[in-house]
Amino acid sequence: MNAVYVMWLREVKRFLRSRARMFGALGQPLLFLIALGYGLGPVFRKAGQGNYLEFIAPGIIGMSIIFTAVFNGMQMIWDRQFGFLKETMVAPVPRTAIMFGRTLGGASVSMIQGLLVLGISVAVGFRPVALLGIVPAILTMLMIGILFSAIGMAVASRLRDMQGFQLIMNFLVMPMFFLSGALFPLDHASRPLLWIARFDPLSYGVDALRKFLIGTSTFGLPMDAGVLLVVTAFFLWLGSYFFSRMEV
Amino acid sequence: MANAIEVENLTKKFGDLVAVDDISFNVEEGGIFAFLGPNGAGKSTTIKMLTTLLKPSDGRMRVDGRDPSTEANAVRRAFGIVFQDPSLDEDLTAWENLEFHGILYGVPRNVRRQRMVELMTLVDLWDRRKSFVREFSGGMKRRLEIARGLLHHPKIIFLDEPTLGLDPQTRNHLWSYVLKLNAEKGITIFFTTHYMEEADRVAKRIAIIDQGKIVAEGAGEELKAMTGTETLEAAFLALTGSEIREESGSSLDTLRQARRVWGGARGR
Repeated sequence: MNAVYVMWLREVKRFLRSRARMFGALGQPLLFLIALGYGLGPVFRKAGQGNYLEFIAPGIIGMSIIFTAVFNGMQMIWDRQFGFLKETMVAPVPRTAIMFGRTLGGASVSMIQGLLVLGISVAVGFRPVALLGIVPAILTMLMIGILFSAIGMAVASRLRDMQGFQLIMNFLVMPMFFLSGALFPLDHASRPLLWIARFDPLSYGVDALRKFLIGTSTFGLPMDAGVLLVVTAFFLWLGSYFFSRMEV
Repeated sequence: MANAIEVENLTKKFGDLVAVDDISFNVEEGGIFAFLGPNGAGKSTTIKMLTTLLKPSDGRMRVDGRDPSTEANAVRRAFGIVFQDPSLDEDLTAWENLEFHGILYGVPRNVRRQRMVELMTLVDLWDRRKSFVREFSGGMKRRLEIARGLLHHPKIIFLDEPTLGLDPQTRNHLWSYVLKLNAEKGITIFFTTHYMEEADRVAKRIAIIDQGKIVAEGAGEELKAMTGTETLEAAFLALTGSEIREESGSSLDTLRQARRVWGGARGR
């Protein structure tokens, strides 16, 4: 239990101390919100879909969470040879505890990043439908964070060096973001695209965020929560399995 | 006297490559043991097996009387380690690095705090306890790692090339700490180094490993007598030949390279 706490605390401390990283990571979501939100907004409205900025804000929050979470998980590759990780691998604590602590730390960090993006969305004109929805929305952010931290850790446990990082970004993280319905309404998506999105766990995360923040949903909350829980449990298990077998 | 470390017919294979080939040796409690060999001889692989990081392919090991591959946690509590590559968290302070180690090893808070003060004073880092480790020189990092490795009061300490890249002043300083610990607390020392003069001066017993096999073992004087040489360096060369060994360019080398380029920034 102490091991989980220490690993969590480490991630959070490091994040809160690196302001440059925190604010640097806000540039991209801000660009998306302004360029897409205001650029495509009029077209979206003409098509009778309402306010595009409102629509994509939850998607962009989701984006910043998965980028932060996966990146955080992948940082383990550095730590593995040069950092704290090697030291934790010879500590008399279960590997699972180390893995859970790191995952929770990465998830907390991603959640904070998601909240900051929510902040800038509000600054550029986004208005959540109900203030009370923000509480469950934060829990959803944490959930998405846990899921994608676990995915990042599982991937990092199998990689030897940072060379694979680009591959993971281009063939896993980017597709998961673009095909998740973060940027377009799945209700009107073509059939193949809808099917792909159904197999993308981020679709359900973003869908739940939309439900809480703007009151619309494609899959419905029970479906969102169910899928997120099952997929998260699976990747936590997979991550611990890979991590416990890892040799340095 | 009982043995702190016992190794019998230990073997590690990576596919077709036999990294460690049927080696046996003992290190007695309170002993100072140097494990020497050219690059790629199997030193680090052996240390990784003894410290529960790698599972052996064959053979028997005992560290503090227990088997690292089946009783990992008991063995982990018994040793401290200073890795070849720094394993401190550079984004935490010196104090936090020790604190986190103490918590991971379950050292109770009041005991932990007391030892942290003692150890930081011992390695002359008390004044720098609030500094981030990334601001430390190589020698300071090494000293902090040694303090960290001792925080849970291990019976055995593994030092994998602890003096690599340090100036003679820091090296001397560091060895005098280690020898003091050995004399006062009876901690068993197991170390590797490429500085033969250092091994000769410090170690009570020396094993030389080459291409996965132990080619000689004994006190420094015995090795010199055995080979009819004047210095341990000459004895080492007589035993292992003067051919230069190339370690295959592993992903670790690539990472070391990248680290040199990126420094401590690590992608921030």
